Amino acid sequence: MSRIQVITIIINCVFIGYIARLITKGKLREEYAIVWCLCTFILVLFSFWTKGLNLMSKIFGVFDPPNLVFTAFIFLILIYLLHLSVVSSKSQHSITRLTQEMALLIEKMKKAENKDQTI
Amino acid sequence: MTKILIIIPCYNEGNSLPLILEQLLHLKLPAHFKMEIAVVNDCSKDDTQWVASLYPIILLDLLVNLGIGGAVQTGFLYAMENGFDLACQIDGDGQHPPWELIKLLEFYDQTKTNIVIGSRFLDEGGFKSSFARRLGIRYFHWLNRVLTGGNIYDSTSGFRLFDKAGIALAVEKYPDEFPEPASLVLFSKYGLSTKEVPVVMSERLAGKSSIRNFKSVYYCIKVTISMLFIFIRKKT
Repeated sequence: MSRIQVITIIINCVFIGYIARLITKGKLREEYAIVWCLCTFILVLFSFWTKGLNLMSKIFGVFDPPNLVFTAFIFLILIYLLHLSVVSSKSQHSITRLTQEMALLIEKMKKAENKDQTI
Repeated sequence: MTKILIIIPCYNEGNSLPLILEQLLHLKLPAHFKMEIAVVNDCSKDDTQWVASLYPIILLDLLVNLGIGGAVQTGFLYAMENGFDLACQIDGDGQHPPWELIKLLEFYDQTKTNIVIGSRFLDEGGFKSSFARRLGIRYFHWLNRVLTGGNIYDSTSGFRLFDKAGIALAVEKYPDEFPEPASLVLFSKYGLSTKEVPVVMSERLAGKSSIRNFKSVYYCIKVTISMLFIFIRKKT
């Protein structure tokens, strides 16, 4: 086992541990963690299985194996960013509705208070 | 008796708000209309909230800044929950003279149009905007004609009277950032009738337009995209 393999495996283990900690503390929702776990799993897989990368690039017809890594990960990251935009759009919509309903509630409450005072 | 809600979306309009509210409160509408005024304070940083609280009106305070569309929508939500028959948006900056409201109401009485739009361009006189702005308005007029087949000249006018069907649709789907041109596509898609009435608008009393310089390019692009997507979106 080469030195770089050992380093990546250790880093991946630390990373997985950190994700687990975030989930248990309630700071990260499980659905977002899936992607991160999957990515680390792929990294771990390839750090054990050194010939895998060469094999994969041959299958996909990529001339230089590292290019496959870059292409694949940039694509994954783009998809994930899009997903995050969707998530934030959704929460923006929820916040809008919440704020509006809240404004109506506050108004109703004030009206009721004023009524109480006049009686 | 027809209940009408005036919706005034405000963002830092503390200077111009008193005049508009005074004018509105002294406005004599035809006898069968009963008017209430709702000021939607879109998380202003100035004294808008305090100024508004001095008048006998409904004050809707947004805790988070939602932008013009979200603010107006709050007013529509209030109108729907409290059983108003009509709702009219009047900008807080003094661009829409309150007495012009009567023209919209008269037109509504005659035609029962779902959405009556106060337009700057059908009549001579009043405040005309800059060349670039007119160009933009021309462009939206063209785009609207292509997408809806309607012929609304002043598609950026926010001075609009909604009936019950219009209010219900706006509560559900009013676009949030630059709602005026895009909502025209929405109305035509859901089969609501829109008509224009010439009104005279004045120059804003205070504050700046939310649409300036390079921001106007962003405005055009964003509105175009949202119009196209409202056009192809399925009805739900």
